[in-house]
Amino acid sequence: MKCLVAIKQVIDPYVTIRVKSDNTGVETNNVKMAMNPFDEIAIEEAVRQKEAGNITEIIAVSIGSAACQETLRQALARGADNAILIQTDQVFTPLAIAKILKSLTEELQPQLVLLGKQAIDDDCNQTGQMLAALLGWAQGTFASKIVLDTGNTLVDVTREIDGGLETVQLKLPAVITTDLRLNEPRYISLPNVMQAKRKPLVMRQLSELNLQLPTTITTLQVSPPPKRKAGIMVANVDELITKLKTEARVI
Amino acid sequence: MSILVIAEHDNQNLNASTQHVLTAALQLDANIDVLVAGLNCSAVAESAGKLPIKQVLHADHAAYQHQLAENIAALIQTLAANYTHILAPATTFGKNILPRVAALLDVGQISDVMQIISADTFVRPIYAGNALAQVQTTDSIKFITVRTTAFDLCNFTAATCPIVKLETVKDLQLSKFIKLEATAHTARPELTSARVVIAGGRGLQSKENFAMLEELASTVNAAIGASRAAVDAGFVPNDYQIGQTGKVVAPELYIAIGISGAIQHLAGMKDSKVIVAINKDPDAPIFQVADYGLVGDLFTIVPELTAGLSKNNL
Repeated sequence: MKCLVAIKQVIDPYVTIRVKSDNTGVETNNVKMAMNPFDEIAIEEAVRQKEAGNITEIIAVSIGSAACQETLRQALARGADNAILIQTDQVFTPLAIAKILKSLTEELQPQLVLLGKQAIDDDCNQTGQMLAALLGWAQGTFASKIVLDTGNTLVDVTREIDGGLETVQLKLPAVITTDLRLNEPRYISLPNVMQAKRKPLVMRQLSELNLQLPTTITTLQVSPPPKRKAGIMVANVDELITKLKTEARVI
Repeated sequence: MSILVIAEHDNQNLNASTQHVLTAALQLDANIDVLVAGLNCSAVAESAGKLPIKQVLHADHAAYQHQLAENIAALIQTLAANYTHILAPATTFGKNILPRVAALLDVGQISDVMQIISADTFVRPIYAGNALAQVQTTDSIKFITVRTTAFDLCNFTAATCPIVKLETVKDLQLSKFIKLEATAHTARPELTSARVVIAGGRGLQSKENFAMLEELASTVNAAIGASRAAVDAGFVPNDYQIGQTGKVVAPELYIAIGISGAIQHLAGMKDSKVIVAINKDPDAPIFQVADYGLVGDLFTIVPELTAGLSKNNL
């Protein structure tokens, strides 16, 4: 069975972001980019399922500028079989992204779509759920364990929820979004990087898909969060307790 | 305006997250309905009926027992046309269900709202709270998940409102519940609503050591949380995690012990009123957000602090 993995290129999680001085957004020029960490986990899971014989083909897809090819090459190096970049310079909301992914899903007919539970830039946590809704498929969000049955008809998904771990069984085809503890993405070896250069990466223009995409949500301004006032260092536990009692008055 | 709030519950008790969402809803308009969907959940519907709202919509069926996203979303879809705003808490419950409903209705969603500017304009954190975005939506129905720590708890009233039974059954049979491995919680307050939170990190080194926070927590009736590193290392269960992708907390007092303070962790706790950091590394980023920092060996400091605080309480 085929598996589609959706991947987003984001600002590297280890880079300290800077709000633009005109408050229109966050500075992305000359900033190191990387694969969204949750999507790394998604691609790793697809590869592990393929190694276990549950998946036959992994297609990595990304939506964005030509620069996203680099992130897709990384997905190929991690073990995806081929990749598609839907090229656009426009920034879309999760609903629009879900519509693009729906169109690709209908074309490519995967039985499983894997994607990170959220992108660490906009922190929306919506795309997977929206895609499942548009396709009329079952959804398994925040997955920390995925068990595919041998008949390729069902999948058990253990979900990280506020009260602990919940396991649900989904009918395939399904959309699953990945959480932190699903797996630990492997180290990419140099031979794999070299091999990835020969794997197919198809570039397509978004306009070719002929989709009506929503533009109902607009960002009016982006600002840095209020700064906390500088704190003090205390010398020992006694001083700490005194400060908490008499200054902060919280105990 | 007319508002629908999706109640979070376990068929027995209304989760406090719903009361926080109600405070946000009241800032929009007082014309509010609350949906309670579950199985044998009349007690929840009755509690919800004591909130300052117009009416409770109560759907009681096996299809809704485990809050499966496919069924609950299909149910909400049948109600949506009556509302201008549909709100749910930005907890794993709300995050799972609400985007699905929004997409079914072909509208967008605004996640994790921390401030309501007007009926169509909201403030939400992006980049783990390192920037705040003011966003405006022209969608006919506005779907919003609410950051519960940003809105106070709405109190119950003496009056009760009507409870309307919904007979709609949406059983899509796309998914089924298998099991819940609930984290065994002691008599401690719930993490997201506790007045004091004690959080431990990698510095505690082991599951056994992490247990030393229990005694400290008991002295100040605190909830216990953890950094991602501590959860990944298996010291504590997943639902202890505080941060960008875990729980968001904003207690009166937050004590970070052996936590370095990665951006992802700060995102989940930096709105706490008073932050105390205890770490052996004086350069740990956690000290940059701390009101009170103490550099030293936590294995000496924690027992001292526990002893000092219990004396304090006598």
